[in-house]
Amino acid sequence: MSLERRGDHLVVERVSVRYGGVLALDAVSLDVPSATVVGLIGPNGAGKTTLINAVTGVVRPVSGAITLGAVRLNRLPQYRVARAGVARTYQNIRLFAALTVAENVRAGAYARPGVLTDNALRALLDRAMVHDHDLQRRAGTLPYGEQRRLEIARALASDPHILLLDEPAAGMNPRETGELRALIRAVAESGTGILLVEHDMSLVTAVCDHVLVLNFGEAIAQGSPAQVARDPAVIEAYLGTAAESSSA
Amino acid sequence: MIEFLSQHSKLIDQVGINALLALSLSISLRAGSLALAQAAFMGIAAYVSSVGAVRLGWNLMAAALLGALAAALVAAVLALPIGKLRGVFLAIATIGFGEIARIVEINWPITGGAEGFSGIPNDASTIWIYATLTVVGVALYLFGRSKLGLAVSATREDENAARGVGIDVAAVRMGTLIAGAIVAGLAGALYAHSNFFITPGDFGFGRMEQILVMCVIGGVTSSAGAILGALLMTVLPELVRFLHDYREVSSGAILLGIILFAPSGIAGLWQRRT
Repeated sequence: MSLERRGDHLVVERVSVRYGGVLALDAVSLDVPSATVVGLIGPNGAGKTTLINAVTGVVRPVSGAITLGAVRLNRLPQYRVARAGVARTYQNIRLFAALTVAENVRAGAYARPGVLTDNALRALLDRAMVHDHDLQRRAGTLPYGEQRRLEIARALASDPHILLLDEPAAGMNPRETGELRALIRAVAESGTGILLVEHDMSLVTAVCDHVLVLNFGEAIAQGSPAQVARDPAVIEAYLGTAAESSSA
Repeated sequence: MIEFLSQHSKLIDQVGINALLALSLSISLRAGSLALAQAAFMGIAAYVSSVGAVRLGWNLMAAALLGALAAALVAAVLALPIGKLRGVFLAIATIGFGEIARIVEINWPITGGAEGFSGIPNDASTIWIYATLTVVGVALYLFGRSKLGLAVSATREDENAARGVGIDVAAVRMGTLIAGAIVAGLAGALYAHSNFFITPGDFGFGRMEQILVMCVIGGVTSSAGAILGALLMTVLPELVRFLHDYREVSSGAILLGIILFAPSGIAGLWQRRT
């Protein structure tokens, strides 16, 4: 474990990402301190997943800097970013579907020295609230909600400094979302900084310390969940202008 | 029993060598790379080990190891240009490389050209072949259960997610190509040293196709499957000799049957039942 490095902040400074002629992210800045949950919200196509992809090295920013403590992430290949302590889940589940539950979690711990014991593995499954403990079951055969939680277990297996969750509540029922809320808070309280992309506003309000709102690649508001919810620019981005709303 | 073994010793040796070749391809397939250069690696090692034995007096052990080393070096160089290729593009590029290797073997004076290279000491006994197969089989089994083995499987399942957990996918692909070349190289050296005579045609596309069929029949990522596939595809043509000129049809028919009814091969049938 690398507890001594807990306390490393993820700092995103004026990062821009361009896809051909489209500016997908326009000078976005963001700070994810340790033991903190930062929400990232915005309409579809606002650039939320692009920001996660920039942080994890999947896409390369055209300008700006991304650092974790003293490590400059935005020059590193994707696998080195993961080894630096950044773990993620995916909007569309990307488990190693033909591998077993145990192999998926062990792969998550790949960057750590040694191999996870069965006990450590079960503890991770418990923590991520994966209910089916059949370690030899193929991950692709689990029910949808279990796959989402297994993906979180895989991400937690690396004992990350920073955890990026891309719409973890998508397709979950209210009971599962409640469990997820408890899980996110527990992980943050253990010292990990979390960046949460999510459409479920009740979940965002319940777990986030700070929220950043993106629209068309630009940060249009930030603050506490309550502040952001009152912000006129945010209301406009989600609902259209007041005039449009009243005429509809 | 002894009578059977001595009557069929040539066939038994072929089964062992083909099993090594199928295993060598299964290493790349485990990482999800359809890299079809196994016959070329086999040929490179066959020529290096034969020329070394005849001209320089290498013994079998030295010839096999240096042949495999030569194949590994060529694989390391080949890995650079083909590193970013996937799927069908990788398959075509590696088949192209195999053709280059074959043409070089035909034209380089030291290989004896299209007429072949003869006078190779016939010292690769059945014991040598099966000892090598055992070592390679055990090594692959242990590798499959190791952390690196998991990195290879994860790379096959989802390259992006593999990078996301810290796996250096490019290194995994290069490593499996080189490991496969070493095993194919050992098979090539043993092949040369169990025949008096080799020609470039022994290591052409026909050979590569045969290796691929053995792997597909066995189940592409399974070591046990690769060995079973090699056994079946080597022995079967002998069992259907009564078909005379049509006996080659049997392997095509089996391949078609496997693809249609058991796409994950013999190993897949076994797994489905357990």
